[in-house]
Amino acid sequence: MTFRQAYYDEPLLFEKRSQDDVPVDVKDLVPPKLRRERLRIPNLPEHDVVRHFTRLSQMNFGIDTGFYPLGSCTMKFNPKFAEELAALATVARIHPDQDESTVQGALRLLHELQRALGVIAGMDAVTLQPAAGAQGELTGLLLAAAYHRDRGESRTQVVLPDTAHGTNFASAGMLGFEIVEIPSKGGRVDSKALEAAVGPKTLAFMITNPNTLGIFEDHVLELADIVHGTGALLYYDGANLNAILGKTTPGKMKFDIVHFNLHKTFTTPHGGGGPGAGPVGVRAFLEPYLPYPLIVHDGPRYRLDYDRPKSIGKVRAWYGNFALLVRAYAYILRKGADGLTAASERAVLNANYLKARVETALAVPYPGLRKHEFVASGAALGAKGVRTVDVAKRLMDFGFHPPTVYFPHLVEEAMMIEPTETETKETLDAFADVLARIVQEDPRVLHEAPHETAVARVDEVKAARDAILSWRTATSRKPASL
Amino acid sequence: MASDADEMLRALGLQRVEDLFADIPAAVRLDRLDLEPGLSEQEVVRRITRMLAANRSMDDMPMFLGGGLYDHFVPASVRAIASRSEFYTAYTPYQPELSQGILQALWEYQSLVCELTGMDAANTSMYDASTALGEAALMARRIHGGSTFLIPRAIRWNRRSVLQNYLLGGGLRVRDVDYDRGTGMLDLDKLKEAITPDVCGVYVENPNFFGRFEERLEEVRGLATDAVLVVGVNPIAQALVRPPGDAGADIVIGEGQALGNAVNFGGPLLGLFACRQEHVRKMPGRVIGLTKDAKGARAFCMTLQTREQHIRREKAMSNICTNESLLAVTAAAYMAVLGSNGLRRVAADNIRRAKDLAASIDRIKGFEAPVFKGAHFNEFTVRAKSGYEAVRTGLLARGVQGGIALKRYLPELEDVALFTTTERHTPEDYAALRSALEALA
Repeated sequence: MTFRQAYYDEPLLFEKRSQDDVPVDVKDLVPPKLRRERLRIPNLPEHDVVRHFTRLSQMNFGIDTGFYPLGSCTMKFNPKFAEELAALATVARIHPDQDESTVQGALRLLHELQRALGVIAGMDAVTLQPAAGAQGELTGLLLAAAYHRDRGESRTQVVLPDTAHGTNFASAGMLGFEIVEIPSKGGRVDSKALEAAVGPKTLAFMITNPNTLGIFEDHVLELADIVHGTGALLYYDGANLNAILGKTTPGKMKFDIVHFNLHKTFTTPHGGGGPGAGPVGVRAFLEPYLPYPLIVHDGPRYRLDYDRPKSIGKVRAWYGNFALLVRAYAYILRKGADGLTAASERAVLNANYLKARVETALAVPYPGLRKHEFVASGAALGAKGVRTVDVAKRLMDFGFHPPTVYFPHLVEEAMMIEPTETETKETLDAFADVLARIVQEDPRVLHEAPHETAVARVDEVKAARDAILSWRTATSRKPASL
Repeated sequence: MASDADEMLRALGLQRVEDLFADIPAAVRLDRLDLEPGLSEQEVVRRITRMLAANRSMDDMPMFLGGGLYDHFVPASVRAIASRSEFYTAYTPYQPELSQGILQALWEYQSLVCELTGMDAANTSMYDASTALGEAALMARRIHGGSTFLIPRAIRWNRRSVLQNYLLGGGLRVRDVDYDRGTGMLDLDKLKEAITPDVCGVYVENPNFFGRFEERLEEVRGLATDAVLVVGVNPIAQALVRPPGDAGADIVIGEGQALGNAVNFGGPLLGLFACRQEHVRKMPGRVIGLTKDAKGARAFCMTLQTREQHIRREKAMSNICTNESLLAVTAAAYMAVLGSNGLRRVAADNIRRAKDLAASIDRIKGFEAPVFKGAHFNEFTVRAKSGYEAVRTGLLARGVQGGIALKRYLPELEDVALFTTTERHTPEDYAALRSALEALA
């Protein structure tokens, strides 16, 4: 496959020729001390602005552009009908402070989504409020803390496996909890290590299942018993939920708290960094602590329930990323029970097939089945001076987005590959063929890659050293910085 | 022809897909999901469209709601830009060579936010203004070390609730500073009393919760001594208002939804977050930096990542990962399409409309507006002398959504509501409100 990304030497908005400022008479509008004389934002013809951003978009790569096997990110096709639904005035132009009688449709949709997510995760109650997965984690830990506090216990430690996502550590750290990290054994949680780590101070144990290696923790019930035996709670990081829809649930696995990444499993578009949505499901005994309001249905009416005395309060303004929740619910309705199960089946089939193909070119540590993703190692390429980063950059020259690299840390020179269910065998084969070719290539070609993207390899060290985050800062320094 | 799935199974030496799930023990297996069967695309669209038809949107009835979210007119070009699927179907730009487009757009967003606020650096977003406030308080603590954070007593209650959750682990206390009952501005005597060496940060909003401009930011800066000054802004108002940076702010936050994004029943939103260069390494969130590529061409990439969760883990400045980048791109497109002329025109129009609307309500017997005299942006307080709840329901019966009742936040304002207007209101909307109020007087 040949690929060449568009490149425009596109100036910054600020470098374009601006039309003159038109004075605005603010004499009676803004008090003199507050008045601003000038705003340094250029005045450009509308057409030029559209052209500017269109050119920028052509120097960007999305799931609509090509294969995007970013491990743990579940980059599947984002259905277009969901975009049209989210653009309805009955979604976009309703205000969260409207009288409840005028937003019954929205409340009903949220209520039905709460229920559907509860079924999918095997949880009794769901809050849709958190804005993203990491905020779901924060919410889940706040719930766990409230629960323990309510029982008169002070628990301050969060136990994490060494394969955990960075956000797990950061969410616990943000709330001032102490982190106890346990090593894996054979790519799974070491139950002995877990047993030694948990105790009366343990607030929760957080894991994904399947884990970040794509391996299912088949002894999860044993882990649950160890954790629950100390009175701690078991937290399910839902980043990898795409592997198990209809096959098992976090509830079946005895988890107490679950967060969902709707922008992964339920394919709301990630927007180049966000928005996402990170609902949290819990068992019945934790429901009293959920953020308010919950959406309840009593009789003919849907209602926002604030009368929740044990609630932790709010984790963000209003009720969640509604426009994303609409898309996710549309996706769930479209797929239904069988479609969601089939999605996981195909995601797992694609991952195992691609793993088998990739194994001919690169080592994939830890034997056995994978679920939605697998982690290959570029360590063997070190002998010829090639690193995983070089392989990743070279993949771009063939029109593929690279996998997640250098994570998880327990695999040296890691490449974490998640193909998702919406890719064909043809695409997987093409990717595997290219990877096999790349590892044979002259190291110089790899070191200088990428060759076909808008820009050549980017100097990230310089960016961090200079820390120029705005036009204002750039122009206050030497002009050469631009 | 064998299907993809069959060929792949065969290549793996397997008979059935089920064999791939052999590692999930029977004890945790689920028979089937208790959900309906899937629907066709057409059926889904019909079902959801019909369900949502039970909503009344701003297309259906005039609404005078704001309180942090504002229904501004968005030129179609802005949505066209944000609908480019190269932007909206991308993940976080971890690989800069393939993602220069969104990286430049986000760097331009950061730059535009800095122009509005007078700050040197901005991140690519927090979830919304409330979490931006939580993050700002934590950052103030990192900069200053003190353990008390001062906020206005008159503040949107959801911001207060979110703040308390964000501060749970930091050992930070929140203390209120009351407002001046005459002007609606922050009571500077109360602020002076509240300042102690332990105060790490002072938060003030301009315009404030009542829509009233805070005219004395310099004095707040002076009273705050060495504490970190955090200013919350409305980005549209900033087009006409001096940047908080001029008044000595250290951090500027705000709700950026108004910049070209829909109200969307309260989400997704756009948390603005900007600061002075000296604080940049203590700032939370993703940031885009300017650099060069291997051939010397200008390039952009995510930078200062050692502050972030995937590198620093529990010592990270924040746990944020997925943020609101697409809304930031939309905001950049909105500011670029409007330019300074368009933004200043919209801001002036909003002020004038709010002023005229307040005056016309004030002339109706039984109502007072604004309750706090002085300059406002696009919202203002209305006192219903006979009580607001009956007015609110009476308006609703007449097809008008009135403003937000304030008694839930501030019990002393039990008959007061916050009314908002923007350039989207028509003369008919105002007439409908006025005649309904007259009928209710």
